[in-house]
Amino acid sequence: MSQKNNDTPDSTIENVSRRGILKGFALSGFALAVGMPLALLAEDEKPKYGRDGMPNGWVDNPLAFVSISEDGTVTIVAHRSEMGQGVRTSLPMVVADEMEADWQQVKIIQAEGNEKRYGNQNTDGSRSIRHFFMPMRNVGSAARMMLEAAAAATWSVPVSEVEAKQHQVTHKPTGKTLGYGELATKAAEMPVPKDTDLIYKSAEDFNFIGKKDNKLVDGYDIATGQTTYGMDVRLDDMVYAVIAHPPAYGDKVESYDDKEALKVPGVIKVITLPSSPPPAVFNPLGGVVVIANNTWAAIQGREKLKVEWKAGPNRSYNSAKFREVLKTSANQKGGKVIRHKGEAYTDLSNASSTLSADYYIPHLVQAPMEPPAATARIVDGVCEIWTATQNPQAGIDTVAKWLEYKPEQVKVNVTLLGGGFGRKSKPDYLVEAALTSKALGGQAVKVVWTREDDVQHSYFHTVSAEHLEAAFDDAGKTTTWLHRTVAPTIASTFAEGAKNEMVMELGMGVVNIPFDIKNIQIENPAAPAHTRIGWYRSVSNIPHAFAIQSFIAEMAAHQKKDHKEFLLDLIGADREIDPATLNDEWNYGESPEIYPLNTKRMKGVINLVTEKASWGKKMPEGSGQGLAAHYSFVTYVAAVVELEVNGDGEVKVSRIDVAVDCGPQVNPERIRSQVEGACIMGMSLALMSEITFTDGVTDQNNFDGYRVARMDAAPDVIHTHIVTNDDYSQPLGGVGEPPMPPIAPAICNAIFNATGKRIRELPVGYQLES
Amino acid sequence: MKLTINGETRDVDVPSETPILWTLRDVLGMTGTKFGCGKALCGACTVMLDGSPIRSCVTPISAAENKKITTIEAVSEEKAGQAIQAAWQEMAVPQCGYCQSGQIVAATALLRDNPNPSDQDIDQAMSGNICRCGTYTRIRDAIKQAAAQQQEGSK
Repeated sequence: MSQKNNDTPDSTIENVSRRGILKGFALSGFALAVGMPLALLAEDEKPKYGRDGMPNGWVDNPLAFVSISEDGTVTIVAHRSEMGQGVRTSLPMVVADEMEADWQQVKIIQAEGNEKRYGNQNTDGSRSIRHFFMPMRNVGSAARMMLEAAAAATWSVPVSEVEAKQHQVTHKPTGKTLGYGELATKAAEMPVPKDTDLIYKSAEDFNFIGKKDNKLVDGYDIATGQTTYGMDVRLDDMVYAVIAHPPAYGDKVESYDDKEALKVPGVIKVITLPSSPPPAVFNPLGGVVVIANNTWAAIQGREKLKVEWKAGPNRSYNSAKFREVLKTSANQKGGKVIRHKGEAYTDLSNASSTLSADYYIPHLVQAPMEPPAATARIVDGVCEIWTATQNPQAGIDTVAKWLEYKPEQVKVNVTLLGGGFGRKSKPDYLVEAALTSKALGGQAVKVVWTREDDVQHSYFHTVSAEHLEAAFDDAGKTTTWLHRTVAPTIASTFAEGAKNEMVMELGMGVVNIPFDIKNIQIENPAAPAHTRIGWYRSVSNIPHAFAIQSFIAEMAAHQKKDHKEFLLDLIGADREIDPATLNDEWNYGESPEIYPLNTKRMKGVINLVTEKASWGKKMPEGSGQGLAAHYSFVTYVAAVVELEVNGDGEVKVSRIDVAVDCGPQVNPERIRSQVEGACIMGMSLALMSEITFTDGVTDQNNFDGYRVARMDAAPDVIHTHIVTNDDYSQPLGGVGEPPMPPIAPAICNAIFNATGKRIRELPVGYQLES
Repeated sequence: MKLTINGETRDVDVPSETPILWTLRDVLGMTGTKFGCGKALCGACTVMLDGSPIRSCVTPISAAENKKITTIEAVSEEKAGQAIQAAWQEMAVPQCGYCQSGQIVAATALLRDNPNPSDQDIDQAMSGNICRCGTYTRIRDAIKQAAAQQQEGSK
């Protein structure tokens, strides 16, 4: 059940391919495991949705995911990356539940990057559970049925007379039993049942799924300091490397002087890495690499380097000026129209009552507590990497390209991730490690990003200006909604010069608003990118939810109505909306039939959270409640924040209530922890975090400049209210990201209710100082 | 240089200004103590030096001469450490877990010196330790649970 910490890599990170022979229900199956799931075989004309739509799809072959040793130990492969969301606990738990394994006898091992064997491993988009719940149930069910078949064959009795429960199979008429360990070898020889023949446990028989008290697989190792993250990997004869990266994206090394660096005790060698022309994709930034016999020496060596940088095109990037450029664009008609219904402009000029507001959300950096790190070595034409990555397959493909290898010549072993939040979806640091190892003749080398590297050279969360206008009729009903969203797009990271938000960015809460309004106009004026733009937990939902949910509170105040009632009214009647009718062709990759936008569920979480938080209760002077709701990753979330603004303009959040409707739940305990974490991260970006650029270089480089929430900012209490649903035939929603978008607008709406001051630019920072 | 780490004497041959953090991690292979910022800003590298929590990323190894270093690997040797580690598991505090070595060492030092910490005491003792996953409310609750459990045990 746990990773053991030893000094040799073979035991430090246990990977399927490295763990030698496990007897029994074991390795003989791996050839089969590459077998095709039905969903991939069907070369259909219909668009593929959900788990079928992911690159390399999904696999549910039990022989790929489960092995049983003769002592009864059930080993389950976790194929998605663990970065704090609990997936190493939750998905194997599904397998163990369906196969009636005793959790005390279950051991979890982490899969290496191999999507042909395990299906998609790109751990992002809040989709591990919703896409792999059923495949993992299939795995567990098939394994249980094979164990039952093996027992029936051993006893020469009909399979209908046997039953698997709690790690053993019982012959019901006689009461005799065989343990899973005793059955392992024979079970492996049984045919794998077809998916259509699988028998599932019913929900009332679940041992772990939906239960509240599941313990973390890695809980003990974390508490005792025995876990291995990418930063912790140690190989024999390993050296350490730190890289002087180009200060601004697009800069290159002109020349360097390494004389002083080489004098630092422990520094071995200095080399350069090539930079790559745009687009950035997952390519390394280039720079000067200091290689040493420990990390500290490499850091010291880097400080002694003298590098002349050739300034690139982004040296003109000044985010303060760019803010005005974005705002100007957001206030000009004529951008790309992404949704048009009725006559918004006509109504806005004729209406007796209108309102408009502008919002601004700065760049952010993910800043996971473990900065990026990767260890690589090249032996006999195979590059092997140990690292914390959300996307091992992208690592394999990108490293292969840079080494001019075939993908089969690259192995990526996935460690625990010390946080990811989108940063570790991009394998640029894996390539740096591979290229450095190559330059050292294949020697093992760990490339370590310092915090300064992480804060200055990430794939940043975009920066955006959001302009909103509304018109009201004489009865106070909203008749027009106009929204212009302007933000450098993630597409620019993959296609040089891309200036408009992608379908998936627009589908993150700006185009797919479920409001019952007659005239709707949504536009996306162009915005160039001047740095690497990437994913950050909940992505474009952050600016969209902040602007929209703040504006609705402003509209309610303007109309002198209760915010909650106004919001419910704006959403309107109960209905299931086909996202395509909202010009949302993406829908988080999910089928519009299975995942329509359900306004009843949206209103349900608003009603639930306001009831639980006693919405509208009397608050002391200087205190206020704030509400916001947002739909993302096919999950419905609403939040109420309670806070106080003191005489110095400091915000103290005392309580946050969050209601979540994510459909049926697999591991409610981890859902709660994700909600709690999203509240804290949402508080950070609302109150204090910001990346700014001067002449293309970030003004922040560590946790002093880039401020994040600490213990003294944490609320007294976070209440998570999960909408009950134990019908596991219903579609599941995402969890890791959806709770975050409503937090910032709920905070700013609470600040307004506490002080009368409307915050339209994040972070709040010192704006409340009088 | 001779060091006492978790009760054992260790000999290391590194420049005296090398931080304790990198001596532990790269020279001695003790990777339980984490690197987070290198500037004493995040607390991931917290260890105890003669019982006091310090940021090992900025503390040179020379400062540890003739003193005792206690890392996450040995906090269970203190009663407070055991209580903290148990509460951490019981309340499922960690998410990614990376910062938790530092959190647990800091919480152990707090609880040992202050068996019944208030919210304010906890804020004060723990605000140097950043958790990006946002486990703060659980950390606070776990410290209180560990305190209660200790008081129960000492009755």
